[in-house]
Amino acid sequence: MIPAAFDYYRPTKMDDVIALLQEHGDDARVMAGGHSLIPMMKLRMAEIPHLIDLQAIDGLNEISIEDGQITIGAMVTQHDLINHAGLEAAAPILREAALQIADPQVRYMGTVGGNVANGDPGNDMPGVMQCLDATFALVGPDGERSVAARDFYEAAYMTAREDEEVLTSVSIPAPQGGYAYEKQKRKIGDYATAAAAVQIVKEDGKCTAASIAMTNLSDTPIYSVDAGAALVGTAVDAAALNAAKAAMLGNIDPTEDNRGPVAFKKHVAGVILARAIERAWSRA
Amino acid sequence: MKDEVESRDDRVANLKGMGCSRKRVEDARFTQGKGNYVDDIKLDGMLFGDFVRSPYAHARITNINAEEALKVPGVLAVLTAADLEPLGLHWMPTLAGDKQMVLADGKVLFQGQEVAFVVAEDRFAAADGIEAVEVDYEELPVIVDPFEALKTDVVLREDLVAQDGSIPDGAHGPRTHPNHIFTWEAGEKEATEQVLDNAEVLVEESMYYHRTHPCPLETCGCVASMDKVNGKLTLWGTFQAPHAIRTVVSLISGIEEHNIRVVSPDIGGGFGNKVGAYPGYVCSVVASIVTGKPVKWIEDRMDNLMTTAFARDYHMTGKISATKEGKITGLHCHVTADHGGFDACADPTKFPAGFMNICTGSYDIPTAFLEVDGVYTNKAPGGVSYRCSFRVTEAVYFIERMVEVLAIELGMDAAELRRINFIKKEQFPYKAALGWEYDSGDYHTAWDKALTSVDYDGLRAEQAQRVEDFKAGKTRKLMGVGLSFFTEIVGAGPVKNCDILGLGMFDSCEIRIHPTGSAIARLGTISQGQGHATTFAQILASEIGLPADSITIEEGDTDTAPYGLGTYGSRSTPVAGAATAMAGRKIRAKAQMIAAYLLEVHDNDVEFDVDRFVVKGAPEKFKTMKEIAFAAYNQAIPGIEPGLEAVSYYDPPNMTYPFGAYVCVMDIDVDTGVPEIRRFYALDDCGTRINPMIIEGQVHGGLTEALAVALGQEIAYDDMGNVKTGTLMDFFLPTAWEVPNYETDHTVTPSPHHPIGAKGVGESPHVGGVPCFSNAVHDAFRAFGLRQTNMPHDHWRIWKTANELGLHD
Ligand SMILES: Cc1cc2nc3c(=O)[nH]c(=O)nc-3n(C[C@H](O)[C@H](O)[C@H](O)COP(=O)(O)OP(=O)(O)OC[C@H]3O[C@@H](n4cnc5c(N)ncnc54)[C@H](O)[C@@H]3O)c2cc1C
Repeated sequence: MIPAAFDYYRPTKMDDVIALLQEHGDDARVMAGGHSLIPMMKLRMAEIPHLIDLQAIDGLNEISIEDGQITIGAMVTQHDLINHAGLEAAAPILREAALQIADPQVRYMGTVGGNVANGDPGNDMPGVMQCLDATFALVGPDGERSVAARDFYEAAYMTAREDEEVLTSVSIPAPQGGYAYEKQKRKIGDYATAAAAVQIVKEDGKCTAASIAMTNLSDTPIYSVDAGAALVGTAVDAAALNAAKAAMLGNIDPTEDNRGPVAFKKHVAGVILARAIERAWSRA
Repeated sequence: MKDEVESRDDRVANLKGMGCSRKRVEDARFTQGKGNYVDDIKLDGMLFGDFVRSPYAHARITNINAEEALKVPGVLAVLTAADLEPLGLHWMPTLAGDKQMVLADGKVLFQGQEVAFVVAEDRFAAADGIEAVEVDYEELPVIVDPFEALKTDVVLREDLVAQDGSIPDGAHGPRTHPNHIFTWEAGEKEATEQVLDNAEVLVEESMYYHRTHPCPLETCGCVASMDKVNGKLTLWGTFQAPHAIRTVVSLISGIEEHNIRVVSPDIGGGFGNKVGAYPGYVCSVVASIVTGKPVKWIEDRMDNLMTTAFARDYHMTGKISATKEGKITGLHCHVTADHGGFDACADPTKFPAGFMNICTGSYDIPTAFLEVDGVYTNKAPGGVSYRCSFRVTEAVYFIERMVEVLAIELGMDAAELRRINFIKKEQFPYKAALGWEYDSGDYHTAWDKALTSVDYDGLRAEQAQRVEDFKAGKTRKLMGVGLSFFTEIVGAGPVKNCDILGLGMFDSCEIRIHPTGSAIARLGTISQGQGHATTFAQILASEIGLPADSITIEEGDTDTAPYGLGTYGSRSTPVAGAATAMAGRKIRAKAQMIAAYLLEVHDNDVEFDVDRFVVKGAPEKFKTMKEIAFAAYNQAIPGIEPGLEAVSYYDPPNMTYPFGAYVCVMDIDVDTGVPEIRRFYALDDCGTRINPMIIEGQVHGGLTEALAVALGQEIAYDDMGNVKTGTLMDFFLPTAWEVPNYETDHTVTPSPHHPIGAKGVGESPHVGGVPCFSNAVHDAFRAFGLRQTNMPHDHWRIWKTANELGLHD
């Protein structure tokens, strides 16, 4: 498990990062925490002749909460997410989800930007970000632009980010109501067999808004508009839960792997979603 | 003098001898990162070798082109079978009487098989060199199912078929098919069939004990260094049996044994994975001879999981008969054993299926028959791990499942069924139907203690309530009470019936007492984490009356340690531990003569008392062992040679038979298949207990392995022979997160034939734990009609069970 030879760069300015990306094109890749990229390189599933470390770039490590808007720098680690008091109050689902990613060692290194930019359907943050209707800020040779998390994922490892762009931050409108991130995994450090992110708003005993996204049940995270809609206007009773489950099952497309066959995954996806909704509702 | 005011209790405590929870002396270096493992060895000019491995499970090799690889900076040589053939080293003998390719000789038989050995200046250049070697493969049909292997025309081992197409006998007798390795039988076939035919109650069940792997934290590796000036070869490596490795290296290389030094440094876990000889050792030795430089080879995690000694892969079919009251009358077992591409087990020669014939378990079963067929498939060789060559884990799983299935058939409580069939205390030594003579046991006492400790009746009542609640829709969780009672067979073994490749399975200890009353003892075994440096010093402290803290234990260097067969199969304490006690007694015998001389009395007038010899009836007259040691070297004693040393080679008269009673309480989420272990109680009887703390540690570790194997750990193959679980993402290695709190307990039934009554414990928790976890899963679904479902009980398989029982609508 030794990667192919590569050149290592540690620029201090974003302009230099972009220049390197432009120069080497597909042969270059940025590295954040390295905890998805380096394993791929060691397995020689990825050969990256030019590796550009983002650790020395200033200004990517901040978390700000202002005017109902949360902004998280791309290099904020999953560990930072868990330990940020303001964030825990403003968007507790982030902490709940981050605690279910890997183990403390991985979370010390792994970043929010890396987790959402990676494009692996097993990553947990993409679904959470879709649930929260986050926006990703990208910077590239043509300047800055932003893309909604719900539009970002195209296929496994394929995203709306251009090769020469870097993801700089994630912005989230402060979420309302109850929340839950429910994940079934085989063991610590495992990607989800099925996971569900739910935000839900309750008024006078009725659901007025619901947002639902699923992890590792398709080649991208699945934001299920229909599942959310199935809850709105209901008291989130058994019938509503079943309707939401059915709607979600219509959106996902799991594949068989060592975690189990498709029928099992679909069944578990339904169970996990129901549990997530119930927990979120109890907190709403 | 201080000695005179010390009480006898103080003197005993001061020794830190047997029975005391002495802290592990090894841990000072391990916890500070100061261990010395094989990969820590760095020699001047050392090169690094690594393998080109086959991506295919079955293929012919038409060409190997190393041209590009040799252009990679730092790559010095690429060895293939063609290079080894002139030396006769392209194949090597296995410990099971078969032979194995060192480097692919025209074909490959499993994914990951060693094809070429790239030698480079460092491991990074070697890795690039591997990528650059071009190998042309012609794919062949892949056989991963042993039942299919015995039917197909596809021949895996052409080398084992004669020119005229006939099938010569193998190392263990006649073979019935080119892919058949052996048939091995124990017990009485006809008598057993008769009992089964006339039985009041008869159940038949098939089960597959899946292939898995122990995944030691440290992978396998070695450093070979051939000194061309003095003709000496030094081989450091992760060897569980360094002396056997020296003999094997000598036999296959022709280098005389005195010119070979094999050293096992610290070893980071073995579990049988490090018993056998691997192509990496041979290639490193050859590369060192060719280059004149030391050569290191270290596996990575995938190499280790995919190619080195696995465990299990036993397809077992059983029939068990009983009276209507539940008294077992007969047992029949057939096994189809998947050995992979080569038979690289490490069984005693006469036991190609190990001690599978312990499969009558802890029960008084009058008539039994066992038949095992070994089969070649396109999987990795080497069923050595986790007690695998000795097959005790398989045997215990088999009988502990059969008893549960019988309980279901009889409508009986499984604990009660066990109780009425246990071998009784007064029946020991007990001659079992399949040949073994159990040394000692008190199963009823252990069972009652276990059931009382967990409030067994209370658990059953709670479980019945849970089933009702489940049926009433009040809960979606079921509760399982897993039981297992195991009898182990360890301490291989008596040379009259135990040898590996002709090497008798005795073991040894050599003691040298220093003049100031400290000592060094060397053994033929080698610790891989068991804490030998701690426990063997304790045995000796009690035997010779010098403090354990003053005794150094050394193992693993064949130039200094006495010959022995190494550490696996829980044999160190039963065999080398016995040798230690016996050598200690020789020291004591000489010390007695010296003491008598110094005290001016007759030899028989002094007696040993903790740390001294005292004059009988006059305890104020004594000589401490420390004083005796000094005198042994420095005082001229008529008729006695100077010095105080002893050596003992111990050939055990019998195996030892540890046993235990385990109970697991598990809750199962029927909708997701997630099991949760609420409680695990483990009572172990390993005879005399040398260090309770170390026993507890061994039990915790073994139970954790058992949990892994029962609940998810496997080496799984797809139809093309690709390993599906070759990394730790998919291969389940439990962490503190997955592991429950274990409650440990014990009874003590010493072995009557072992000098200190100790039986061995290292493997008991694994052996007894797997059926206990598995039975808990089965038991949770018993009320809904489940009889048998195969491990590993991972989420989806548990879910599937629930689904098939109709629990999801
Ligand atoms: C044992 C283990 C278990 C794990 N379990 C989980 C889990 O349960 N859930 C989970 O979600 N993750 C899991 N992970 C992955 C972990 O969370 C990673 O840290 C994360 O996926 C990637 O973050 P990173 O900072 O390490 O990114 P890197 O590995 O450095 O990069 C990942 C990819 O994203 C790209 N990238 C990184 N940053 C940027 C950026 N700012 N702009 C553009 N592209 C960028 C890189 O080029 C690369 O292609 C696990 C990892 C390990 C090793």
